[in-house]
Amino acid sequence: MQFTINNKVDKVGIEDRIARITKRSLKSESKLAGLKMVLSMIDLTTLEGMDTDKKVQQLCYKATHIHNELPDLPNVAAVCVYPTMVKTASNALKDFDVKVASVATAFPSGSSSLKIKIQETKEAIFNGADEVDMVISRGKFHSGEYNYVFDEIATIKETCGSDVRLKVILETGELGDYDHIRFASEIAINAGADFIKTSTGKIKPAATLPITLVMLEAIKDHYYNTGKMIGMKPAGGISNSKLALQYLLLVKETLGDLWLDNHWFRFGASSLANDVLMQILKLKKGYYQSNNYFSKD
Amino acid sequence: MSSKIKPLKYHEKLNFSPSLENTDSLSLKKEYQLFINGRFQKPLSNKYFASINPANENKIAMVAQANEKDVDLAVKAARNSYESHWSKTPPKERAKYIYRIARIIQEKAKELAILETLDGGKPIRESRDIDIPLAAAHFFYYAGWADKLDYAFPNRNPKPLGVVGQIIPWNFPLMMAAWKIAPALATGNTVVLKPAESTSLTALKLAEIIQEADLPDGVVNIITGPGSTGEMIVNHPDIDKIAFTGSTEVGKTIMRSISSTSKKSTMELGGKAANIIFEDAPLDQAVEGVINGIYFNQGHVCCAGSRLFVQESVYELILRKLKDRMQSLVVGDPLDKNTDIGAINSKQQLSTINNYIDIGKKEGADIFQLSCDLPAKGYWCPPTLFTNVSQSHRIAKEEIFGPVLAVQTFRTTEEVITKANNTPFGLSAGVWTDKGSKVFNLTSKLRAGVIWANTYNKFDPTSPFGGYKESGHGREGGLHGLSPYLNIE
Amino acid sequence: MSNRIKVLKTYKIFIDGKFPRTESGRYVKLVKNNIPIANVCLSSRKDLKNSVASARKIFDSWVSKSAYNRAQIMYRIAEMLESRKEQFIEELILQGYNKEKSIVELDKSIDRIIYFAGWSDKINQVFGSVNPVASSHYNFTVLEPTGVVGLISSEESPLLGLISLIIPAIVTGNTTVTIASEKYPLTSISLAEVISNSDVPGGVVNILTGSKSELIPHLAKHMDVNSIGFTEEKKDLRDQIYLDAVNNLKRLVEIPKSKIESEEIESPYIIKKFMEAKTTWHPIEKDFTSSNSY
Repeated sequence: MQFTINNKVDKVGIEDRIARITKRSLKSESKLAGLKMVLSMIDLTTLEGMDTDKKVQQLCYKATHIHNELPDLPNVAAVCVYPTMVKTASNALKDFDVKVASVATAFPSGSSSLKIKIQETKEAIFNGADEVDMVISRGKFHSGEYNYVFDEIATIKETCGSDVRLKVILETGELGDYDHIRFASEIAINAGADFIKTSTGKIKPAATLPITLVMLEAIKDHYYNTGKMIGMKPAGGISNSKLALQYLLLVKETLGDLWLDNHWFRFGASSLANDVLMQILKLKKGYYQSNNYFSKD
Repeated sequence: MSSKIKPLKYHEKLNFSPSLENTDSLSLKKEYQLFINGRFQKPLSNKYFASINPANENKIAMVAQANEKDVDLAVKAARNSYESHWSKTPPKERAKYIYRIARIIQEKAKELAILETLDGGKPIRESRDIDIPLAAAHFFYYAGWADKLDYAFPNRNPKPLGVVGQIIPWNFPLMMAAWKIAPALATGNTVVLKPAESTSLTALKLAEIIQEADLPDGVVNIITGPGSTGEMIVNHPDIDKIAFTGSTEVGKTIMRSISSTSKKSTMELGGKAANIIFEDAPLDQAVEGVINGIYFNQGHVCCAGSRLFVQESVYELILRKLKDRMQSLVVGDPLDKNTDIGAINSKQQLSTINNYIDIGKKEGADIFQLSCDLPAKGYWCPPTLFTNVSQSHRIAKEEIFGPVLAVQTFRTTEEVITKANNTPFGLSAGVWTDKGSKVFNLTSKLRAGVIWANTYNKFDPTSPFGGYKESGHGREGGLHGLSPYLNIE
Repeated sequence: MSNRIKVLKTYKIFIDGKFPRTESGRYVKLVKNNIPIANVCLSSRKDLKNSVASARKIFDSWVSKSAYNRAQIMYRIAEMLESRKEQFIEELILQGYNKEKSIVELDKSIDRIIYFAGWSDKINQVFGSVNPVASSHYNFTVLEPTGVVGLISSEESPLLGLISLIIPAIVTGNTTVTIASEKYPLTSISLAEVISNSDVPGGVVNILTGSKSELIPHLAKHMDVNSIGFTEEKKDLRDQIYLDAVNNLKRLVEIPKSKIESEEIESPYIIKKFMEAKTTWHPIEKDFTSSNSY
């Protein structure tokens, strides 16, 4: 397959578009609906070298008991962990409708052989992962080995099979510009990604609104070309409700109603949930909240 | 695109709740007088007219209607202040007055934005983020020129013209007042300005600001009234220059009126800009540029990109993207922060636009309109586009001054240049392509005063604005906006 | 030798690089001191129409030439005029000019061409600008020629008057249609011959002789003429030009007669009057990682 950059992105133009989105204002009921939606889309994440079983268990408890004071809140979408923690998470979540997502393929650098990446993916799935978040080989991408990048994604997707959804992390902060982000999105989508995801969270900038918009447009063009929906997951740096709502508005105005659902849109975040909870409480009670009253797990 | 694929839907989830701008900061009088010689004076005509909020048809305030005697008073005040002090005021001091005006506009930005939106119907997002900041920036920019004119025109000893009459339109009321007044003052002229009949209020607020800035009496006079008041300014024998922004038709009438006089003129008139998308363009941003080009300010923009030319190979794709993007435009209460398309400025303008929409349909073009709920009262027109249009359709030839886009296709660069230039207008044009050499070819071949390449409808006080051909003469903004107010012979 | 019958020159008009007779077939006898000196074409409005059409046709190609190239062509006109100086002086004298005045007229004319020629590749360096807009855009303004320019020669200064209008107009890429002096028409046609031999493409300069009062209204009303340059005319004619020009909003460039003879006209400001400012915007893509504040 011959890959070339076809779809160009003008950076100033895309940022102008984002400037308009960020000036949208969600008030009262629509804000509350938006906040609940955000909550339901969170992949509650812990990806630290010092992760332990206990830490993961605490996070899973949080994921399923988001805030006891408000029983009508939705659960988060998933808990996202390293492959070695999948079993722990899977056990903790077995009675709940919260997915287990595992990063894989030598996360976060992706610097390993395909053989090892396949093996790691298999293990994660064997241990109970519902979703796999892989990283692309950015070095290969930069050296123009687009077929390698494509084949690797296709192989991991094959490993996942149709039941396990594959999120492909482009690590956009390492891709250099929007044209290449768009291009990498197309490669990932065509190779079989179920989701495309911005970042590992280990590189700055992580997710941004303009980067997400570029990826949403790629998803949209793919939808109109094939009828097939691809999910989107911005990850890293989305830590407050206001920003999360702006992401939702971006989805609303780009892909529309179909994608405003945690089957098709996720946030990769660790501290976002509490800020959303505080905002929901503020809306309900009418006064500002302190995070001393929200569990940190 | 396969025909089996369903178009995306945008209206079922996460819809906006009302998000109205708080209007507490606005203080309004019931009745507005003429601003002559530094004071607000009752009109000698004893007549007033109502200023209407086009979004709900409510009366906002009564505004004085200047007659011939009032105009004469204003011109006399301007002449007197020119002769007795303004022409002798050191340029450095002139600058400081203008800086003051800029600062006070910034201070009162919110109030001005709300008033602009109430009076003219434009979305608060635009008056808040574009009109008012640009008005302040314009004063700020030209203030700095006042004591540097010798560097703009070396060895020419530039001199002011005297008293300038300025007549401005209703689409950017305060911004147009700034575009007119700021350079006139910086170059040492005195001013008689008339805002448009339907949007006088922010100009009168500006008069209050000018008073607050302690500008000497008579340097700026702001008088209100209908077109006939404008005519009286044009025909007043003691006016040295007319600066007009408005329709080509009225511009021509003015030019005829002053043809046997020595009055100088600047004319910013109509347009029918081509916005051209090549297949290699950043297409999503191009679509955004088209939206911004035609639906900005309800299309009440002389440089609106009202003729879209799409390279045939990407025509279907662009049209799909355009229609999808239109779905997320919010039409409604201009004071709502989420509103993208506000009210049409007046009943009369709405009927002009509707008339063109009828003409488009009768001429056989295919219409696509955003289907949305429109408020029961007020003047509204949803974003509209026509396909199946050719150069000879009236909707592709005449200025509509509304949210109506005419879409055509082209095959080659040469063809699109010919079509783009095939108009008596020449105010602006847009080009979208990723290829630098193509950008430069088009920007040099398109016969228009402002070319936006891979962007559209951008304005800045440092950037000269004005047309070729029947779009007018003279430039406003930038270095080139100074000479129309100076004698540099 | 004195018995030899002199070959008289037929003065035709200059349209599209060629020298046709007026399509109307009309001419007028030019008489000086009761001696007929030449037949002069009385151009018609059709000649004017053809001239404008040829000026329009060549505009794109003339404006596309490099400024350097146009400067050289202007310089070539000066060279050709210098080499035919004697003929022009003779012609001026024949039309009633005194010798001294004629020599001055020629010297000034040639020098003025060279003066303006130099501006070709400099005008935009002096009057163009890069505008520091607040957004992330590169924004620049250049001057471009207005288009097809109608020129009305002054009655006096038959050569200098023509040069002072035609050269500032064409040096930047405008194309022109000139109505010559009625009183001294011969020099204008000889100038046309010089221009025709100076690598100026046909149509860039068109020169018509004839009745000004007949031709001017057609020029001033013509919808495909973008600008008119003229020196002082009688008030009623001047006002009529202003009124007729409104048809398609022609730019009017009125030059005081006194300026033609003085060197005051030798400035870029006259060139600028036959130009339009064009401003171009283009986004600047700043570094990817530096600007994301979202």
